[in-house]
Amino acid sequence: MLSRVADSLYWMSRYIERAENIARIIDVNLQLLLDYEKIDSERLREHWEPIVRTTGNDATFYKLYKEARSDTVTEFLTFNEENPSSIICCIRGARENARMVRDQVSTDMWEEINRFHLYLRSPESRKDWKKNPFDFYKRVRDYSYTFQGLTNATISHTEGWEFMQVAKYLERADMTTRLLDVKYLMTRRSEDPTAQNPDNLQWMAVLRSCSAYDNYHQIYVSHVEPQKVIEFLVFSNEFPRAIKFCIRGVDSAFRRISGVTDGYFSNHAERVSGRLLADLNFHTLDEILQGDLHNYLDNLQTRFNQVGDAIYSTYINHPDAVEK
Amino acid sequence: MLFRKYQTEGFWDEMFQEDGAVRPHYRKLADRLSTLNPEEFEEKRKAVDFAFVSQGITFTVYGDEQGTEKIIPFDLIPRVIPNDEWQKLEAGLAQRLTALNLFLHDIYHKQRIIKDGIIPSYYLESARHYRPEFMGLKVPHNIYIHVCGTDLIRGADGKFMVLEDNCRVPSGVSYLLEGRKATRRVFPQFFQDIGVRPVDNYPTELLNVLRYIAPGGNPEPTVVLLTPGVYNSAYYEHCFLAREMGIQIVEGRDLTIRNDRVYMKTTKGLRQVDVIYRRLDYDFLDPTVFQKDSLLGVPGIMNVYRSGNVNFANSLGTGVCDDKVIYYFVPKMIKYYLDQEPLIPNVPTWLASEKHDLKYILANMEQLVVKAANESGGYGMLIGPKSSKKEIDLFRKKVEEEPRNFIAQPTISLSRSPCFLDGKIEGRHIDLRPYILYGEKIKLIAGAFTRVALRKGSLVVNSSQGGGCKDTWVLYGNE
Repeated sequence: MLSRVADSLYWMSRYIERAENIARIIDVNLQLLLDYEKIDSERLREHWEPIVRTTGNDATFYKLYKEARSDTVTEFLTFNEENPSSIICCIRGARENARMVRDQVSTDMWEEINRFHLYLRSPESRKDWKKNPFDFYKRVRDYSYTFQGLTNATISHTEGWEFMQVAKYLERADMTTRLLDVKYLMTRRSEDPTAQNPDNLQWMAVLRSCSAYDNYHQIYVSHVEPQKVIEFLVFSNEFPRAIKFCIRGVDSAFRRISGVTDGYFSNHAERVSGRLLADLNFHTLDEILQGDLHNYLDNLQTRFNQVGDAIYSTYINHPDAVEK
Repeated sequence: MLFRKYQTEGFWDEMFQEDGAVRPHYRKLADRLSTLNPEEFEEKRKAVDFAFVSQGITFTVYGDEQGTEKIIPFDLIPRVIPNDEWQKLEAGLAQRLTALNLFLHDIYHKQRIIKDGIIPSYYLESARHYRPEFMGLKVPHNIYIHVCGTDLIRGADGKFMVLEDNCRVPSGVSYLLEGRKATRRVFPQFFQDIGVRPVDNYPTELLNVLRYIAPGGNPEPTVVLLTPGVYNSAYYEHCFLAREMGIQIVEGRDLTIRNDRVYMKTTKGLRQVDVIYRRLDYDFLDPTVFQKDSLLGVPGIMNVYRSGNVNFANSLGTGVCDDKVIYYFVPKMIKYYLDQEPLIPNVPTWLASEKHDLKYILANMEQLVVKAANESGGYGMLIGPKSSKKEIDLFRKKVEEEPRNFIAQPTISLSRSPCFLDGKIEGRHIDLRPYILYGEKIKLIAGAFTRVALRKGSLVVNSSQGGGCKDTWVLYGNE
């Protein structure tokens, strides 16, 4: 497969996943606000600012808006064209990449991504968003689900598909890390006298952002406890948004591309992902809680970036190796 | 029923004779069409339009930021050509392509045709797409033009003439193939009843040609299609052909040069490329040689071509044949190289750079079609009888300033074919673009891209100028 094609498929998939994740975060945090007894602007700022930071764009945000409020933050994360991680920009990016490799994606996939793009750019979407943001973000997620379903059901699961898997899981692992991190920092700081057990609400929101609330309760028959949430979202082997699950997804996709079995590697990408997966396999919750969770998550993100770089050095910008 | 009110209005009509009777090769089609009423016909038309849009059979409109993609209007009534007429065309086009190819070999080697005084050297040297840097270059099997799209028209007497040759990067063949798929869907029964020759062997035949011309006779060459990219108006066609041939579609940035060879960058490493089906104009191919600002090409690829380690279809330097002044000399080439009379004549042509012709052109502009020698797509053209005095004066000035770049031809009232428009059937002017492949042998695909000037009375068939197209049925027999 052409490197450029792999690159485009990779970014198409990452952008779709990112748009979905942003929609999840906004949705859950809007819902969370409904549970508070009273909210002043300071509290709102405390609530939203970390979320802007999670997506990595607080500088851009404060260039454009004075205050972090529900309307400004969600607008910024949804429709703002200057925010490269806004949903509208992600979908434009996904569509541009799909267009570059139009012959590699199915007609169904192309049409779905087109519909998504056109909807976000229509006046209708703004209206929907104002009228009922919950329905709106549900709709955004539905577009992503449909697209991912079509990806699984309408093209061959060959090399190109594998690159889409790598992208999806890497993006997802990255977002789960960010969500955990931001809540961790927030709950450590927050001393809110008004909310009844704010930590719990916050951690419930984390679970909901990852569609993990019900799954969590199937495993832990108890109320929501921070440690257990962390354990679940980092180490679950079965839950598809848990970090370990995602990294296993990345690693097995690499191995399906090359045909090299677990425990070995044939290139840099496999080496980096294999090593990361091994660490996740053998780390324990106690271990990471003894240290600083923030540092642990930070380190994970660095290693995700290394996987991303390795994809480039191995498959995209590879050196002069001539295929035999 | 559909044809009851149809008028040929004095034009040579593809379907009806002067006396109003249906031509023999259209009879079966006419019988079948007459069983349909306008409503049914409209339904079928809508089904085809819908199929075209949803499959994205589109061309891009330039200068539109949103990248508007439009479908080319498709008329459902096929144009029918009987076998005997087709065979004549086949022979004539093969003859012409043979001569053009010999001409290219000659001008890039010994230039006998110039030395023998058949074509003045001035015309060759001033041809915009003449590339003297390829002098002496050997190309596999001495084939320069592998894919040729020749535009033919019928004059008032119904005889075919060649209007122009497209030897650089002829496009449009996907419309032919998709158009056929569409008519097969809406008229499934007609095909066997009427006996229409198939066209879907085109991608296979093209791939055979591309494999045949590999450097060094490599029996297992890697063939790719080189596209300018997603923003090119013919991108749909590039994807379509690459998919049908099962070859990679690449952009310039996917290719790289190592050790005087061309490689494509794949996820598994570099893979050598032997044959490039070039849908990128060669001016953009190598930024170190031609357009310095081109981001579309591959730096250094020209050297690899010169070393004979990669081959292009079409070869580089073929554009000289698209020059309408060189076109004027094609009948002479046929005589010179083949010692034959041209089987299909040119449209009578005057060269503005010949004193005597120029005088005639300037005096008769109101009746003539004046064309720039190196434009295509219906641009740079004056149709005298349909132009205002102001437009004519403007063109007169241009011709006087740059006579080498203009030719003139009589205004030919192209033949007409019935078209279904707004629920009625009316005649519209059409042309014919067959595709000729030159590999081990010369092969003509048994079909063509028939372009239709959809505006009433218009003689311009280009899609960029309000043209549409229709399917072309070449029959096994003559009726």
